[in-house]
Amino acid sequence: MKRRAAAWVRRHMVLSFFVVFAIFPWLVPYKSLATQVLIYGLFALGFNMLYGYTGLLSFGSAAYWGLGAYGTGIALAKLKVTSLWLALGVGLAAAVLGGAVVGFFCLRRRGIYFAMLTLAFAQLLYFVGFHLADWTGGDDGLRGIAVPAIGLGSWRLPLDRSVVFYYFTLVIVGLAVAALKRILDSPFGAVLQAIRENTDRAAACGYDIARVKHLSFVFYALFCGLAGALDALRLTVVPIESLHWSTSGQVVIMTLLGGAGTFFGPFVGAATYLVLEDAISVWTESWPLAIGAIFMVFVLFLPKGIWGTLTGGFHGR
Amino acid sequence: MPDISLAALAAQVFTGLVLGGIYVLLAVGLSLIFGLMTVVNFSHGALYMLGAYFGFVLIGRTGSFLVALVLAPLLVGAFGLFVERFLIRPLYGRSPDDPLLLTFGLSLVLVEVARLIWGKIGVTLDPPPASAGAVNLGFTYFPSYRLFVIAVTAVVLVGLWLFLEKTNVGLVIRAGSRDPLMVRALGFDVGRIWFLVFGIGTGLAGLAGILAGPMRGAYAEMGVTIIIESFVVVVVGGMGSLLGAVISGLLIGQIVGLTTFFAPKLAEIIVFVFMALVLLFRPSGLLGEAGLLE
Repeated sequence: MKRRAAAWVRRHMVLSFFVVFAIFPWLVPYKSLATQVLIYGLFALGFNMLYGYTGLLSFGSAAYWGLGAYGTGIALAKLKVTSLWLALGVGLAAAVLGGAVVGFFCLRRRGIYFAMLTLAFAQLLYFVGFHLADWTGGDDGLRGIAVPAIGLGSWRLPLDRSVVFYYFTLVIVGLAVAALKRILDSPFGAVLQAIRENTDRAAACGYDIARVKHLSFVFYALFCGLAGALDALRLTVVPIESLHWSTSGQVVIMTLLGGAGTFFGPFVGAATYLVLEDAISVWTESWPLAIGAIFMVFVLFLPKGIWGTLTGGFHGR
Repeated sequence: MPDISLAALAAQVFTGLVLGGIYVLLAVGLSLIFGLMTVVNFSHGALYMLGAYFGFVLIGRTGSFLVALVLAPLLVGAFGLFVERFLIRPLYGRSPDDPLLLTFGLSLVLVEVARLIWGKIGVTLDPPPASAGAVNLGFTYFPSYRLFVIAVTAVVLVGLWLFLEKTNVGLVIRAGSRDPLMVRALGFDVGRIWFLVFGIGTGLAGLAGILAGPMRGAYAEMGVTIIIESFVVVVVGGMGSLLGAVISGLLIGQIVGLTTFFAPKLAEIIVFVFMALVLLFRPSGLLGEAGLLE
């Protein structure tokens, strides 16, 4: 029975995702935590595509999360865009463009350089965001984001109720999950994993490694940007911390807690991280100390993460 | 545009030299560790911070900056040895990403521990009394302590260079960064060399920390920005190249110093723009060999 259930989940991953998250808000202490899990799970999903499946460790995910958040936020608060879809599109375009440019620079060096370069470029964007206060609000964050109702024809649905916003987020994130599944199952996805396993051999097979990696980086930026854009809608504010290196660190921790290179690991990791943060912050201010220590234990002893250990999945490289 | 006098500009060049010296100490340590062990030590910035705080404590206990200047880097280096032995060593043979991830976690822990012990606000370090005041350089007055920092950095770098070039241990270290397998085949215990090098590299971070202390104070997050800038220095210099790290550290010190003078708002950004340009035109760094250690 158990084995049959597992097989069903494997065959219907996207459907299983929807089933679990349809009831998820009733499994956690409060509903807004569920929305956060979805959004950060999507963020980790993007990071996992790059690290878990392509084998590239980025320490600059905040850049694309932040570009998505500021892109959407600026469209709504400064440019007074009235269509939610258009605003999301602006955020995604900013993230994709940023990913294409930064990816070009960072992929000029292989291996461990990549982590340092992505971190450096994200820091550059952080300072730019900080100084362009007319557009980004600088240190105070970008305020005044009014989330428009979504509509089809004459039918309008305002998103201000938290349950409605949760299911709106679920649909968007679910579509992203389905898209990622499609990407990973495609020949392109197979090449990504070939690069992770053995870059030189993949190159010898005739694949244009540089292009495949660059494309993978752009997809990563797209998923991170979408997550950031959704978070801007959730908070109706974009704090400058969106671009801060600690946001990049957060997604690394979430993904590794859940299990890099596993399909559901990012969501398991995001849920674990957020629930732990919630629980630990109640009795100590030193939350980073706790999560740093937990993270070190995972790197040392549980490199497959929670989901990877449970399912016998694959660890990074 | 500020009123530019040649004297003020020259003073700024000296300030850039001091900053460059701090970058060099950090980048040389990072590069040494990376060149030999292919470990990117993300906790380097946190160890720099520990160096400053250890300095603060030791100055308070001993009343002597010079004693603290010797002891603080040794203590940080000893802590580095502990980190290598118990945290990094179990990860050899795994992906080079794993030590990077682990030291990232460690840096979170160290910053938070520093906050718990020394508070959130930060402390100031007293420079040695002998270096109080300013020296007349002929064209301008310059704080004596900063000249002292330049002198200490130069002495330590020359000492490190002599150690690596003129001693047998240094020879083995250099050989190990070229071809660890061959060094092992010749009967050397590579593990012990790595242990030693990690201690030296982290000790240099501690030294940079206590030297920077009297200029910038000590606070828990002080290592965060500078570690990212040090990564840039290492990338620009060419990973694993010590001379590259020195040249690039001094160069970036000047670039930051002069930009602070002419366009302060750009000072934080210029480092990264410079890095992007180097990547564009010399992807392996100023002195890096293409393909080495990748």
